[in-house]
Amino acid sequence: MDLAINPFSSGTRLRDMIRSIRACKTAAEERAVVRRECAAIRAAISEGDQDYRHRNMAKLMFIHMLGYPTHFGQMECLKLIAAAGFPEKRIGYLGLMLLLDERQEVLMLVTNSLKQDLNHSNQFIVGLALCALGNICSAEMARDLAPEVERLLQNRDPNTKKKAALCSIRIVRKVPDLAENFMSAAASLLKEKHHGVLISAVQLCTELCKASDEALEYLRKNCLEGLVRVLRDVSNSSYAPEYDIGGITDPFLHIRVLKLMRTLGQGDADCSEYINDILAQVATKTESNKNAGNAILYECVETIMGIEATSGLRVLAINILGRFLSNRDNNIRYVALNMLMKAIAVDTQAVQRHRATILECVKDADVSIRKRALELVYLLVNDTNAKPLTKELVDYLEVSDQDFKEDLTAKICSIVEKFSQDKLWYLDQMFRVLSLAGNYVKDDVWHALIVLMSNASELQGYSVRSLYKTLQACGEQESLVRVAVWCIGEYGEMLVNNISMLDMEEPITVTESDAVDAVEVTLKRYSADVTTRAMCLVSLLKLSSRFPPTSERIKEIVAQNKGNTVLELQQRSIEFSSIIQRHQSIKSSLLERMPVLDEANYLVKRAASTQATVSSVKSAPAVTPGGPLKLPNGVAKPPAAPLADLLDLSSDDAPVTTSAPATAPKDFLQDLLGIGLTDSSPTGGAPSTSTDLLMDLLSIGSSPVQNGPPTSNVNLPGIAETKSAPVSPQVVDLLDGLSSSTSIPDENAAYPTITAFQSATLRITFSFKKQPGKPQETTISASFTNLATTTFTDFVFQAAVPKFIQLRLDPASSSTLPAGGNGSVTQSLTVTNNQHGQKPLAMRIRMSYKVNGEDRLEQGQISNFPAGL
Amino acid sequence: MINFVLLISRQGKVRLTKWYSPYTQKERTKVSVLSLLSVIRELSGLILTRGPKLCNFVEWRGYKVVYRRYASLYFCMCIDADDNELEVLEIIHHFVEILDRYFGSVCELDLIFNFHKAYYILDEILIAGELQESSKKNVARLIAAQDSLVEAAKEEASSISNIIAQATK
Repeated sequence: MDLAINPFSSGTRLRDMIRSIRACKTAAEERAVVRRECAAIRAAISEGDQDYRHRNMAKLMFIHMLGYPTHFGQMECLKLIAAAGFPEKRIGYLGLMLLLDERQEVLMLVTNSLKQDLNHSNQFIVGLALCALGNICSAEMARDLAPEVERLLQNRDPNTKKKAALCSIRIVRKVPDLAENFMSAAASLLKEKHHGVLISAVQLCTELCKASDEALEYLRKNCLEGLVRVLRDVSNSSYAPEYDIGGITDPFLHIRVLKLMRTLGQGDADCSEYINDILAQVATKTESNKNAGNAILYECVETIMGIEATSGLRVLAINILGRFLSNRDNNIRYVALNMLMKAIAVDTQAVQRHRATILECVKDADVSIRKRALELVYLLVNDTNAKPLTKELVDYLEVSDQDFKEDLTAKICSIVEKFSQDKLWYLDQMFRVLSLAGNYVKDDVWHALIVLMSNASELQGYSVRSLYKTLQACGEQESLVRVAVWCIGEYGEMLVNNISMLDMEEPITVTESDAVDAVEVTLKRYSADVTTRAMCLVSLLKLSSRFPPTSERIKEIVAQNKGNTVLELQQRSIEFSSIIQRHQSIKSSLLERMPVLDEANYLVKRAASTQATVSSVKSAPAVTPGGPLKLPNGVAKPPAAPLADLLDLSSDDAPVTTSAPATAPKDFLQDLLGIGLTDSSPTGGAPSTSTDLLMDLLSIGSSPVQNGPPTSNVNLPGIAETKSAPVSPQVVDLLDGLSSSTSIPDENAAYPTITAFQSATLRITFSFKKQPGKPQETTISASFTNLATTTFTDFVFQAAVPKFIQLRLDPASSSTLPAGGNGSVTQSLTVTNNQHGQKPLAMRIRMSYKVNGEDRLEQGQISNFPAGL
Repeated sequence: MINFVLLISRQGKVRLTKWYSPYTQKERTKVSVLSLLSVIRELSGLILTRGPKLCNFVEWRGYKVVYRRYASLYFCMCIDADDNELEVLEIIHHFVEILDRYFGSVCELDLIFNFHKAYYILDEILIAGELQESSKKNVARLIAAQDSLVEAAKEEASSISNIIAQATK
């Protein structure tokens, strides 16, 4: 054909294209060459060029191998396969196998050509079709073409038979239901002499056993004898140059037969007994000086372990493994370790004998061997050897590769947790692991450590002192730092005063300021992450109460973070500064030691979280308002989440679950202090008890009695006078300065002033004002007027709103209402209607006050809010 | 079973890939399907960096990759975790010996320029990820027979085109 006809011409030969691609110096050049070639091939395809179709296909395959897309050539494969000649079919099938796989729809189109080729008179064309089908067929094709392949198993030509057998493997893998159709043909193939056919047939039988129990039973009955004969022949055969590898005749056939024997003998005593002798023969007679021999021995050992072998045979197998393990070849040692894992199930004692050697393998230079050995050691640990083994592993942790530390640490932690009989040992091991590989210790592991320390009161002193010492030496290990900082915060006084010394312990001298130093250094270490720093801040806060003389210094350290760019840290330092500065009286009770963490609950939770990924969504605290809080300063959380929630700072950002009241505490401080208020009357009913938030908080308050004397009196600056429905800003108020005080709005607002409440003695009017740009938010100015003739004292106004509204109460202008309407008290409320435009405002209110020292209570509901709020 | 065969050069260039399980050309998020590019990237990182004395097995994504280096080429086969690693080493060597016999002291360039022939040979050794033939002689004979079929077809084609060319002169 004249090249001039086609300007793209597929002109370059395959060889030239490969050359020009190889000559490319940069990836960009290569892309350009490939793009040019692809364009030419596409042009040739669209012109229906036939002469260069197979050359183009070869080029596409090369391009495909480089990782470029070649999907446009898929149809060309089909055309080549449909051609009559062998060369076209050969390249077409190769392209089909390379460019397509079973998930492509195009593949279905080739079924017909395949069917024809499977029935072709030329054995090589049949071979091509079988090979392609065996490598890429899908379940549909398998169903369609299984009868053809089945028939080819009986073909005269051994090469076709073996290909058909392997093709059947693929078919059975795709459609296990077809297994029974192949079993008799497969069994009869085992009588062949041709090694290729034998190997393929043995493999097919193995696959059939996996796919169908019926086939397994059939083959147990019908082919065991033949298999033993094949194995005996091949292992006794004299030198056969065609199949010889390292002095052994056809190790591949050996191995495949042994594998099938394993499948047949598994769980079947008769079969196992039948093959006992031949296995013993192979295990004793096979030369082990070459890889091929070892491959056979390895397979033989696996078969002995897999079947119901006699004990004598098992001893033989374990001895082979022992020899393997002491071999100098790394490959042999690797497979020995691999095999010993399986042998543990059979004979633990025998494997334990090799413990020392296995432990050496954990320290091998080869990561593959180390991994295997570590897995094995992990399985070998029991109550009696846990301590020495752990010691070995921990010692090795010190010198091991960085890459390996993660695996090793995880395994050591797991062993230590599983086999710790006494807590002291556990703590010592954990402290060592933390100091050597703290960066690799998973969160749940050190959380568990903290839970344990919190429960082991007699060891807290020892723990904090050990950790303090370790922290000085290894300040770079993140988990260690966290645990240490937490302990110093909690048990600081035990550190300084050497409280609850253990007998073997050396007393250490740590001053209060040393302890603060340690935390400060950690806080300022540049590599510390947010969690660690936040924990440092908490720790410092606690120390300020443990060691009052250091309070000033701590205040300064904490204050340095007030401008931190990380919001979390900034917020904490502002809050903590405020606590240190202004709330001396509550500080000590606020910062008491954490209550003992519930170990059982933590373990349950940990087990659950390893299954499902830990959800950071917290459920709302469920502490009944007014009920005595048992935890003076701790986790007011559902007990299911004791530790993680306290420490899991990130969860503060998590969305609050919908079950939470509208005012669900997102505020960290609230969490920290254990303030949790659930809206017991979410529809807006006023709480029936007046809750003294602060009192509860400090758990010093008697729970307020309904109609009891108003408990308000607030001896702390900045606490809102009003006790109220669940409102988080209470806490904000506690800290003051965070909430911007709303000014009293002027009267001429866009909304009419309403009389919200009117009784014989009391009138309340509301006037409204909106900030521009914030349609949801309304500032209500409430004005209370006393219509009676006696003065009201201790006047408290409370309000409750439905879930979708948020409410904030500012302090009232006075708590005394003069009689007879002579002047009124004002108070401003800010409400945010989260469903602005859909639902109107609604509110329940309650007023308590004293008339001549007598308690009065009035309640009401306001539903006449102007529209549009 | 063998899940894939991979030949990579010392520089991490792919010389042959043969898949017996589904894979994707481009990376996708599907975990069950191996992606060609990421496989090559990961395995090159794992295997090419290993020292000469270390064992020939690498554990990778729940599979095992058995590799063997011949001059500048690494022959890798990815097998299931419970397959016989030592035997796979022999299969690799079996393949290499047959290549060697076919090309006559095979080198990397042979496999680059005649990559399709390497595939033809592999197809006579493995089907469906299982071993097909343990006799090197038999493989060589089968390949030679098919090559001669191709040669015969070529000659026939050229003689026909000669006849046509002469007739149309």
